[in-house]
Amino acid sequence: MHKTVLNPVSRPQPGAGGPTGTWRSQRPVVDHDKCNGCLFCWMFCPEGVVGRDDRAIDLDYCKGCGVCAVECPQHAITMVREEER
Amino acid sequence: MKKMLDTGNAACALAVKAARVDFVAAYPITPQTSVAEKLASYISDGDLDAKYLPVESEHSAMSAVSAAAAVGARVFTATSSQGLLYMHEILHYAAGGRLAMVMANVNRAVCAPWCLYVDHQDAVSQRDTGWIQLFAATTQEIYDSILLAYKITEQVHIPVMVNYDGFLLSHSMMPFETVDQDLIDRFLPPYQPDWRLHPQWGGTFGNVTPSDQYVPFRTSLAADIVAAGDLIVAAAEEYRDLTGHWHGGLFDIYQPEGAEVFLLSMGSMGKEMELAVDILRQQGIPAAGLRLRVFRPFPGVELAKVLPSEAKLLCFDRNCAWGTGGGALLSEAKAALFNRRDKVQVAGQVMGLGGEDLPAQYLADKALEMLEVLK
Repeated sequence: MHKTVLNPVSRPQPGAGGPTGTWRSQRPVVDHDKCNGCLFCWMFCPEGVVGRDDRAIDLDYCKGCGVCAVECPQHAITMVREEER
Repeated sequence: MKKMLDTGNAACALAVKAARVDFVAAYPITPQTSVAEKLASYISDGDLDAKYLPVESEHSAMSAVSAAAAVGARVFTATSSQGLLYMHEILHYAAGGRLAMVMANVNRAVCAPWCLYVDHQDAVSQRDTGWIQLFAATTQEIYDSILLAYKITEQVHIPVMVNYDGFLLSHSMMPFETVDQDLIDRFLPPYQPDWRLHPQWGGTFGNVTPSDQYVPFRTSLAADIVAAGDLIVAAAEEYRDLTGHWHGGLFDIYQPEGAEVFLLSMGSMGKEMELAVDILRQQGIPAAGLRLRVFRPFPGVELAKVLPSEAKLLCFDRNCAWGTGGGALLSEAKAALFNRRDKVQVAGQVMGLGGEDLPAQYLADKALEMLEVLK
């Protein structure tokens, strides 16, 4: 008898932990006029959702932690409450 | 085949060696300690090609063997009593993670008060962790159950706990027969897991799951552990055909011919119960012994098949199912028989806690007491 068993093993891939963007209560909004492309936000983001080339935020997985807004030396990122957008 | 005279713990360690395990992690606790000692000696003497990891606790021992199982090793650990309780969190991890592994649990009472002697409270307290639980009653059955456990766990990917009574079996010498290595190698070919964690693969184990992904893991474990009952019997039969050793399938039934009164128990008291059955038969009571070899999955369907419609089932529990007024076997048996709605009757008593001696005459007297209750 051999039967395939459902094993709790996974490989890292976008969305492996579900749509974590739904956890967010506030979202980062980037002011691209202020942004000088230093990539602090890209480096500090714990979720890896900041685009390296265009600093676009992947809102499907951004949890809204606000680390990017705090670290941005140009104060180019503002956290906006989801219900206020 | 070689006849030997040695303790239950020695038989256990010999079987683990014969299973050619890759990895052992264990922490000493009475009465299990000599299992870990023997295995450490085998490894240091070069008789067993395995890694022995000395750990600082049972929680670490179970964590270590779980991790080793997840990289595809054949693993073993052993414990008793408080040690098993300390493993509790990782027992869930191992079963939920569908890891193949075998653990010997040398049954011992749990604190408080402190007690070194046998009862089944340690194992029964782990009833709902998703582990398969076997109970052995002789040194021979300990040896054979360890090998059987590896066969089962590598088929169903559910960890297996082999239970046997502290001191009564672990430290008493009893003759037993080892099986030739070539037969064991045929029964247990090298373990080939379906998956294994590996740096080149770069995956993770036991990651976070949302509810809709979590549910299938739990429901498939629930179904697979029940289905494992048939596989345990099939594996025991294969082992019997290979070695001639047989202790029963899910039950070891003693004197079933014409029986109306069935004495249900687990562990070494199940063997003593055979003498109690003889005493009752001499008094004209049509008694039979039902020694449960597999506590999880609980063989409720099979139990219902064994008992005739007017059977009296007497449950001898060496554990307490707190808050139910009895032991685990009584609750389990009643639940298993409820849907029959015939004249089957069930009674039970808790006894033998903390190593309280259970000689045959005492067991026969307790059976008569329970029969009085059912009148």
